Amino acid sequence: MRSQYDCVVVGGGPGGAWAAKHAAAQGASVLLLEKDREVGIPVRCAEAVGIAGLKAVVEPQSRWISNVIEGAVLVSPEGKEVLLASDTAQGYMLDRKIFDYDLVRIATESGVEVLTKAYVYGLIKQNNIVMGVRVQHMGARHDILAKIVIGADGVESRVGRWAGLKTNIKLNDMESCLQMTLSNINVDPRYIYLYFGQEVAPGGYLWVFPKGENQANVGLGIAGTFARYKSAQKYLKEFVDRQFPHAAVLYTVVGGVPCAPTLKKIVSDGLMLVGDAAHQVNPMSGGGIVTAMLAGKIAGKVAAEAVQAGDVGTDRLMRYAESWHRAEGKNHERFHKIKQAVYKLSDADLNKTAESVLRLAPEKRTLSNIFRAALIKHPALIFDVVKAFV
Amino acid sequence: MIGIINDRCDFCGTCVAVCPVDAIELFEARIKILDHCTDCMLCVWICPVETLAAIEQNGTIKNNEVASLG
Ligand SMILES: Cc1cc2nc3c(=O)[nH]c(=O)nc-3n(C[C@H](O)[C@H](O)[C@H](O)COP(=O)(O)OP(=O)(O)OC[C@H]3O[C@@H](n4cnc5c(N)ncnc54)[C@H](O)[C@@H]3O)c2cc1C
Ligand code: SF4
Ligand code: SF4
Repeated sequence: MRSQYDCVVVGGGPGGAWAAKHAAAQGASVLLLEKDREVGIPVRCAEAVGIAGLKAVVEPQSRWISNVIEGAVLVSPEGKEVLLASDTAQGYMLDRKIFDYDLVRIATESGVEVLTKAYVYGLIKQNNIVMGVRVQHMGARHDILAKIVIGADGVESRVGRWAGLKTNIKLNDMESCLQMTLSNINVDPRYIYLYFGQEVAPGGYLWVFPKGENQANVGLGIAGTFARYKSAQKYLKEFVDRQFPHAAVLYTVVGGVPCAPTLKKIVSDGLMLVGDAAHQVNPMSGGGIVTAMLAGKIAGKVAAEAVQAGDVGTDRLMRYAESWHRAEGKNHERFHKIKQAVYKLSDADLNKTAESVLRLAPEKRTLSNIFRAALIKHPALIFDVVKAFV
Repeated sequence: MIGIINDRCDFCGTCVAVCPVDAIELFEARIKILDHCTDCMLCVWICPVETLAAIEQNGTIKNNEVASLG
């Protein structure tokens, strides 16, 4: 470890790994710091990704994939099942322990240095310009200088706050999540199931993501405004007791997903935020793996070019924010608006939506048509639906 | 004051994300509420596993909506 780098990346998740890789590939010297003992552990994820999205950021490797998903089934409060028209919903179940580890390994092939058990506890700043990080590693404290610090420190991010950015998330945009990896259950491994309704997961949804014939990630997210009255843990326990009474619980995941539009400011002088830290999760699905990698890819490249140009000021780094906005950020704003409207629907409205969608021909049961049916009383939002699902 | 039921915490950071005043510190298997906490309760409400609770001056857990603490 040196005392100075072009870029220091805080956090070894998919966002951090991809930012580091792409900065290094452009010639920057890069150090990646991860507080945990090993990258990839603990897993805080339901591990599902769309195939097309993943392929846009990395060539998938077979050892990452625990199951191939053919389609998604949406379940209404009264139990009506809508199978999404197939080509929109093909995905992989990842093994994130292996996946996250491999992404960092791939980054090291571009020259990225990695330090684990390295907790960043503050920033080095001069006149509000970020100049580096303060790290605690094996009981000792170090200052490491960096021309650019990339904060990819996940949902618990504090790097942005230390730089003076407002990064806390509103309660109703935070999904309070719990998941159990269950075995000794019967599931159709070809489909993921998403359950909706006030009783099951208010302001969110419950998922059953099969990892094989008798194993699945079963979890839910509820909006913070509902978690206030009844915890995610209680909702999930009720569902599992009812649906899978003989299941064994192999693993429990606790976590939060920031289902908001991207933060207003994701760069400042000498600093960029990536992934969950920048609220770059798809606010409708809660999927944040691929989006973090995409943001990391853009950020890494912009960072390396900025270092080469000798200008790491906010205006220069805004190239990242603008490019992200065009790629995904704009769409996330639409998804967020749609999500807010959908989560206000009553169970009766959701049941009606399912019935009207089931009257469509199977190949017409697309997300676009489902939201059109769901938001029939909100014509102003139909434009967003059309734009979001082209 | 916000109390922590330590053995429930999974160190997931969800509470940190909602805290408006950056008053929660999380490092590996350690979580700490800092003195400048304003008792706004957001962290108590968001925690998926009911780890946090408001504590009265005399040390008892304040009655709140997340019922089954202890
Ligand atoms: C229950 C649950 C289910 C989910 N399911 C899915 C899903 O099915 N599909 C999907 O696409 N997304 C899913 N997500 C979202 C997805 O997990 C995240 O969006 C994704 O991991 C974000 O990547 P990231 O790199 O931004 O952050 P993370 O993967 O969270 O990585 C951040 C890293 O930074 C480290 N770190 C934090 N602070 C510091 C510090 N101070 N110093 C050093 N290191 C630090 C952390 O230890 C961590 O390794 C789910 C999330 C949850 C909670
Ligand atoms: S949200 Fe709950 S489980 Fe997660 S770190 Fe905070 S107190 Fe611990
Ligand atoms: S009560 Fe409010 S201010 Fe105090 S730690 Fe929790 S979220 Fe932060």
